[in-house]
Amino acid sequence: MRGLHQEFLIYLLMSLVIKNLTANIGDQQILKGVNLEVPKGEVHAIMGKNGSGKSTLAKIMAGHPDYTVTGGEVLMDGENLFDMEEPDERARAGLFLAFQYPMEIPGVTIANFIRAAVQARLPEGEELEATDYYANLYAKMDALKIPRAFTSRSVNEGFSGGEKKRCEILQMAMLEPKYAVLDETDSGLDIDALKIVSDGVNALRSPDRGFLVITHYQRLLNYIVPDKVHVMVDGRIVMTGDKDLALELEARGYDWVTEGELATA
Amino acid sequence: MPALEETEKPDLNLDRSVGDFSYDVQYQYDAGVGLTEATIDYICDVKNDPDWIREFRKDGLRKFLEKPMPTHWASHDLDNIVFDNIRYYLSQGTQPKRSWDDVPEEMKQTFERLGIPEQERKFLAGVEAQFDSEAAYSNIKAAVGEQGVIFVGSTEGLHKHPEIFRKWFGKVIPTGDNKFSALNSAVFSGGSFIYVPPGVKVKHPLQAYFRINAESFGQFERTLIIADEGSEVMYMEGCTAPKFETSTLHSAVVELVALKGAKIQYVTVQNWSPNVFNLVTKRGLAHEEAEIKWIDCNIGSRLTMKYPGVIMKGRKARGEVISIALASDGQHQDTGAKMIHAADETTSNIVSKSISIGSGIATYRGLVDIPPHRKGCKNNTECDALLINTHSRTDTYPAVVVRGNQNATQHEASVSKVSAEQIFYMQQRGLSEGEAMSLAVNGFVNDLVREFPMEYSVELKRLIDLEMEGSVG
Repeated sequence: MRGLHQEFLIYLLMSLVIKNLTANIGDQQILKGVNLEVPKGEVHAIMGKNGSGKSTLAKIMAGHPDYTVTGGEVLMDGENLFDMEEPDERARAGLFLAFQYPMEIPGVTIANFIRAAVQARLPEGEELEATDYYANLYAKMDALKIPRAFTSRSVNEGFSGGEKKRCEILQMAMLEPKYAVLDETDSGLDIDALKIVSDGVNALRSPDRGFLVITHYQRLLNYIVPDKVHVMVDGRIVMTGDKDLALELEARGYDWVTEGELATA
Repeated sequence: MPALEETEKPDLNLDRSVGDFSYDVQYQYDAGVGLTEATIDYICDVKNDPDWIREFRKDGLRKFLEKPMPTHWASHDLDNIVFDNIRYYLSQGTQPKRSWDDVPEEMKQTFERLGIPEQERKFLAGVEAQFDSEAAYSNIKAAVGEQGVIFVGSTEGLHKHPEIFRKWFGKVIPTGDNKFSALNSAVFSGGSFIYVPPGVKVKHPLQAYFRINAESFGQFERTLIIADEGSEVMYMEGCTAPKFETSTLHSAVVELVALKGAKIQYVTVQNWSPNVFNLVTKRGLAHEEAEIKWIDCNIGSRLTMKYPGVIMKGRKARGEVISIALASDGQHQDTGAKMIHAADETTSNIVSKSISIGSGIATYRGLVDIPPHRKGCKNNTECDALLINTHSRTDTYPAVVVRGNQNATQHEASVSKVSAEQIFYMQQRGLSEGEAMSLAVNGFVNDLVREFPMEYSVELKRLIDLEMEGSVG
């Protein structure tokens, strides 16, 4: 018993666990009991139709103010995210969300924005060393094939779709989260941009980091190969499989899952 | 009050801690409370004013009493000023010291806490520090003085340099321009007098610091700057006051004269406490090919009404107003610019950015005047407003009067809001709500902040950070 208990604890401390999560926007229930575990070191994909609740799940974990959690919990390495009220506390605790639609912040340069975010993670009174910061930033920009001139552009202002998504991955690389949720990162990308972004993500795969990749299409998963694929329908995970599930979904469509669910019900 | 929903907000004034202190000073001269002809005589006697100034002051008093309040809708708060409760002159003597060591202890401590002597050592060509009604300290670096530059208090200016002083004093802004310019003319004390000889380019800025220490006090400094032909000068002023329960009045008059080909830049960073009525008249007269630029940052105060202006009197003169206003909860920043094109081929540029937080109101009020017979005049006006909360408010009243068809004007205005989605995005990166707000606001004013001298832009960013940190619960 003791051994099993300990094993469970270690597992808890090394994964992102979503338990019976229910949530509303206004009076409308969007999540109807989501259960999911992403162990560190793994990449899990959530696939689903538009409106299935997959982007909502991402926003709720990050603490978007429009949603109300009505039940369940999300444990990040054993720590309940919902004990942290503000989105920034969750972010500093190690949760990163790559946005489907990254926001523009006029007048704030990329370099200053990321610097403020890195600074926010340092202990009180400790000042980020500018030369170290820029060396790190440039190295990571080079890896993502982002030109140096980018640093002085305002965050996401006038960026192409591909530039926005690359900028999200750059921020992720700089902030080194424990868990990263990528929300429709492939949307708006042509094939070259998709490859660069995927390479960027793959370079960040590590035994110390878990990924939850939310996508509508299988295409992205050719480049970011997942350990597991979950299918979300109407606010629940209804099917889980390996990477081949994505191919099957692509071939047979989401209705196949729904029909299957109905058949077994 | 629309601010009621936000009662959990911390008191914004906490953040003005740097300037929020006062010393119990035993004033040697005190004109008492209220304003009568006897008050004027008292001030004249203490300051040993020449007869023409005594007459000038009494004319000011008459006009002040005659003139109505500026009556547009925004200024009803002006009715709450009780002129009979204000003290119009407080000082410990009229001779400013040339060395910080000689400045009376409380005043020296005040300016040290505000970092003035340190700034002087670091980057300034000269400093004047005014404590209530009179300059406590006034000094100009020897090298600058040797070029013939005069930088003294207005009292010293009128006594020692009457030939230049009297020629221009009250000429750019007539006493009866408005009720508050008349009030200033009646009781003015302190402020700077600057003269830059022909061709002299003053490399480093001259700075004045205006400090209100006493409660229920009115500060009425009077500044006159004359840049002779082909000369250049930058003047910077900073202002603070402690937070008192009763209202305090700051009503300055600033006149600039740029002779042929001269350049004057006038930079203001004011951080008044929220009990201060700040009613200032600022105007410059630009002769042929001269350039006058007002760079103005208004943070704090209860009500600020200030519209720096340039009268472009000579051909090819240029006028510019760059202004940032930040209106926090309960504050009203009514600011703008006036550009009078009184000669051909004159150009003016107005860029105004305002930020309204909580129940704060920011108003842009502008006037651009190009008469029908002028040729080749140009004006560009840009006003951008940023709203932080849903009940924040901004108003724009741009009056552009162009009669005739040989001139060009351009006007752009925008209103934007810091959206909840932007804040969420920044918070997701680990910034607190306050830090996120602050970053958004700094981004909004970023291009204008670059116009400020470096030392001031750093200070400005810090002030905005403080103001924004206090604006969220």
